[in-house]
Amino acid sequence: MNKWGEIQVLNSTVDRRRFLKSAAAVGALAVGSANGVLPSFAQDATPKKGGHFKIGVGSGSTSDSLDPATYLETFMYIFARSLHGYLAEVDADGNLIGELAESWEPSKDAKTWTFKLRKGVEFHNGKNLDADDVIASINHHRGEESKSGAKDDFKAVEEIRSDGSGTVVISLKEANVDFPYLLEDYQLAIMPAKDGKPDLSGVGCGGYVLDGIDFGVKATSKRFANYWKPNAAWFESFDVLAIHDVAARTNALTTGQIHAMDKCDLKTIHLLERNKSLEITSVRGTQHYQFPMLVDVSPFDIVDVRLALKYALNRKQLLDTLLRGYGQLGNDHPIAATNRFFAKNLPQREQDLDKARFHLKKAGLANLKLKLSASDAAYTGAVDAAVLYQQDAAKAGITIEVVREPADGYYDSVWMKKPWCTNYWVGRPKADLMFSQVYAAGAAWNDTHWKNPRFNELLIAARGELDDAKRLEMYTEMQSLCRDDGGAVIPVFANYINAMSGKVGHNKIGSNWDLDSFRCAERWWFTDV
Amino acid sequence: MTMLHPPRIIKTGASKFVSAPLSAKFGIAVITLYVLTALLAPHLAPYGEAEIVGTQFEPWSARFWLGTDNLGRDMFTRLVFGARNTIGIALMTTIFAFSIGASAGLTAATFGGWTDQILSRLIDVLMSIPQLIFALLLLSIFGTSIPTLIIVIAVLDSTSVFRLTRAVGVNAAASDYVEVARLRGEGPIWIMTREILPNIAPTLIAEFGLRFCFVFLLISGLSFLGLGIQPPTADWGSMVRDTATLIVYGDVTPLLPAGAIALLAVGINMVVDWFLHSASGLKD
Amino acid sequence: MTSIAKIIGQRVALGALTLWIVSLIIFAGVQLLPGDVATELLGQSATPEAVAALRKSLGLDMPVYLRYLDWLGSILRGNFGTALASGRDIAELIRPRLFNTLVLAVSAAVISVPLALLGGIVAAVYRNTFIDRAINVVTLASISFPEFFVAYILILILAVHVAVFPSLSDVDSSTSFLGRLTAIALPALTLAVVVLAHMMRMTRTSIVNLLGNQYIETARLKGLPEWRVLVRHALPNALAPIATVVVLNLAYLITGVVVVEVVFVYPGLGQLIVDSVQKRDVPVVQACSLIFASTYVLLNLMADVLSIIMNPRLMHPK
Repeated sequence: MNKWGEIQVLNSTVDRRRFLKSAAAVGALAVGSANGVLPSFAQDATPKKGGHFKIGVGSGSTSDSLDPATYLETFMYIFARSLHGYLAEVDADGNLIGELAESWEPSKDAKTWTFKLRKGVEFHNGKNLDADDVIASINHHRGEESKSGAKDDFKAVEEIRSDGSGTVVISLKEANVDFPYLLEDYQLAIMPAKDGKPDLSGVGCGGYVLDGIDFGVKATSKRFANYWKPNAAWFESFDVLAIHDVAARTNALTTGQIHAMDKCDLKTIHLLERNKSLEITSVRGTQHYQFPMLVDVSPFDIVDVRLALKYALNRKQLLDTLLRGYGQLGNDHPIAATNRFFAKNLPQREQDLDKARFHLKKAGLANLKLKLSASDAAYTGAVDAAVLYQQDAAKAGITIEVVREPADGYYDSVWMKKPWCTNYWVGRPKADLMFSQVYAAGAAWNDTHWKNPRFNELLIAARGELDDAKRLEMYTEMQSLCRDDGGAVIPVFANYINAMSGKVGHNKIGSNWDLDSFRCAERWWFTDV
Repeated sequence: MTMLHPPRIIKTGASKFVSAPLSAKFGIAVITLYVLTALLAPHLAPYGEAEIVGTQFEPWSARFWLGTDNLGRDMFTRLVFGARNTIGIALMTTIFAFSIGASAGLTAATFGGWTDQILSRLIDVLMSIPQLIFALLLLSIFGTSIPTLIIVIAVLDSTSVFRLTRAVGVNAAASDYVEVARLRGEGPIWIMTREILPNIAPTLIAEFGLRFCFVFLLISGLSFLGLGIQPPTADWGSMVRDTATLIVYGDVTPLLPAGAIALLAVGINMVVDWFLHSASGLKD
Repeated sequence: MTSIAKIIGQRVALGALTLWIVSLIIFAGVQLLPGDVATELLGQSATPEAVAALRKSLGLDMPVYLRYLDWLGSILRGNFGTALASGRDIAELIRPRLFNTLVLAVSAAVISVPLALLGGIVAAVYRNTFIDRAINVVTLASISFPEFFVAYILILILAVHVAVFPSLSDVDSSTSFLGRLTAIALPALTLAVVVLAHMMRMTRTSIVNLLGNQYIETARLKGLPEWRVLVRHALPNALAPIATVVVLNLAYLITGVVVVEVVFVYPGLGQLIVDSVQKRDVPVVQACSLIFASTYVLLNLMADVLSIIMNPRLMHPK
């Protein structure tokens, strides 16, 4: 699939709808070195202390704040991960392990969870971690008044209480075997509390202490001398820089002003690969590009029109041109090939102009004129993708008018409002969540307005099915329904592409999120200090 | 003072062309070339405007004279069609901007008093909002179809034309010959078009040459913020934006559309200079 | 001179009026954009319930005119208010950025204005010679390149190939004066290149335009050298249009540099206003717009006063 030779690790992780729009790769992992000289796993794995690590990311806004309830985009995600500790952590192999919680245990009905807190954890202000801090930090995302994006996830929580200073007990309204995954979320930072209110000034118990932050520009931090983890947070200091322009980011990396960057420019990645002093990493995840059509708007209400459009697109060209091969072909359903319920037997849809014309004719249309609303707000290259689509569709007698919509306000005025547009989903590692949140009838993010009775029936049945073989059968049928009846054209799955200086050392890169599960500051080091 | 009179222009123009300096001839040649390219684009271009004919960023070859762009479209074809779209839009926008700006500016200069105050303050309001931000607001509200784009840019651009026209117009309006005309009992329209306009025309024409280029830049700046001309229409401003990152690696591709704009700018302004020179009545 | 004072007084009053209208336009403009601060902050995860809660907590459930009057009331008391998105004090938010913007604008102006005047005069003195044409072609070519492209080229040459200046303008309050100068060298150069040609062309044109006049001939006949004729006799009369163009470009250096700020990651006001428009953070957009508008009004007033001083006849409008 991928030219760098991938190592795949099945991974299950926290599911949350806000993840959908964030820059995280969840699922399988693929790391390779661009020049093929340094396979990243074979690097010197003895980390060294010291150095001033700077990372440039293509996000960060003047409207950001240190309140975990408002974290939005990579800039705050990676900085939060360096300042704060979390109850749980997903390791590089994709396993959920304890961080501030040493261990946890569910009741038999999976409705009550007991968390044992780690002892001797110190906050940057000298306070010791106890149950009250954890309760206040979680309650920050609960209740009527909360402005947190994580609010919905914690609606299922009935009560949080302490059982001595080292134990927190959480009882849920409904059973949830995956509950601890929610506590790994970047917003669930544990802050020191006073009188039941968390300290929102950036004081945490993570590996780095906040030094200064200029929102939308730069955040600086210094290593925390009393950090409880023995083998982590190697850098002496750590900066995050918001560099929105990809050329500026690339220049900063090649001139040594930063040591790593996210979201490389795929248009010119072949030129960046020539730079031998850099390493380019490619992480394979569940992120996919999508052209959602509103199936209750004419002519998309005709299945044959949808099929004609699905057959008209040359996916291979899109993958090669837009992603430079850094991705996988999509089969018009949102389940990644690495998912254990991926429908392997479903044939890959390819461009077939005859079939496209056939379906067009079946729909009773000799020719078809459509508008496709596109904006790079959806993903870099979305407008180009629409133009490629236009060229392909023309060959099947379908005229697409590409409408470039303003990036500003795209998700408010175009997505789910215009009949056909460009969009992307970071995706979910679990089939049930991906389907429930975007494809189920009445789901808040059902961006195709698709209501398929059989699909919805299967969705509910699969949730209660314990036999994996039967579940696979159900999910396979659902994927095929999506593919042949659904309203979304899903042409490709896109990898996450980052670049870093050759001087930066790292172990296997975690795939739970982008940039080593956003823990680059904690896990990476300089090889030359 | 009658140089704006059309037949006279042609006459003087024709007779002067032969004696025009080399630079002006060069400028005229460039403009002619561009206009012909724009008019004959479909006949000159080897491929269709949006046609994908190869893989991305192919090198220069006999098949693709200037290589291909990031989607595998022929660069030469895009440049040729770009001439048509870009020059068309820039020309319409600039003419529109000058019609609004210059007439308002002249009115303000000639009438003075309240008329001047109201117009000037109105323009002040428009100008005191940063152009790019204003364009961002307006285009986000009204959409980015080509007519909207032309109107929005023209209105925004007309403000600086107004400022300049008024500044030089006021000077001219305070001059003796206008005074004489007023005493003669000439009407304001007559004074505006026969006395003031001819006197300030050189400055306006010089400005026209520059404003024309600024339209490309604004379109290109807008495409930087995700607004701009609708794809897959080829325009030089967006082409620079689309390929700009290549320059970071020392690739010259983005220099092609940028160079096309630059050459036209130089050509136009060389002609403008010659024109100014003859208009100033200098003998040297 | 009393008449100048009177004109200035009038203009200041009119300037206040201008600012008020600007605030109305911006307020209305941001209201017309799709979405509001609540939907933009919550992004795709905006459920109707969360949006309603956020709107209420930000006071967005009040009628539009009340919100405007509320804002107007506090601004008249000299209070910019707090940012909706982050809850921070707007004056605090703006102060360092305004300083950065001014430093960059002044640096770019210090490079470009003298160069433009000098270049314009040289071109006028040596008009229609090789020097004139060379200046012409170079400046015209330079303004034909979009700002970000000029920036990329300068970075390629001065940061990547020859590492003289940094490609990022990483400045904060602790940066020393010298460090600041190095950091903003490339953005200042970029802006200088962008505004240079316009001012230079106008200088040349305005001077050349006057050369046909009688008094210039007279000065020549007195046997003065050409450059003295230009500087002493032509230039003062050409100053009105030159001042207008210079002022327009100075205003541009302060208000229009968002693209350069993005490319060099320079924390100025432009980036702040674009961010705030995107987040529909009305009070911040208003505050930035007012600063931009007052800058423009002030510079404009300067240009007009200059023109009046240059041409005293204007002091007695008919």
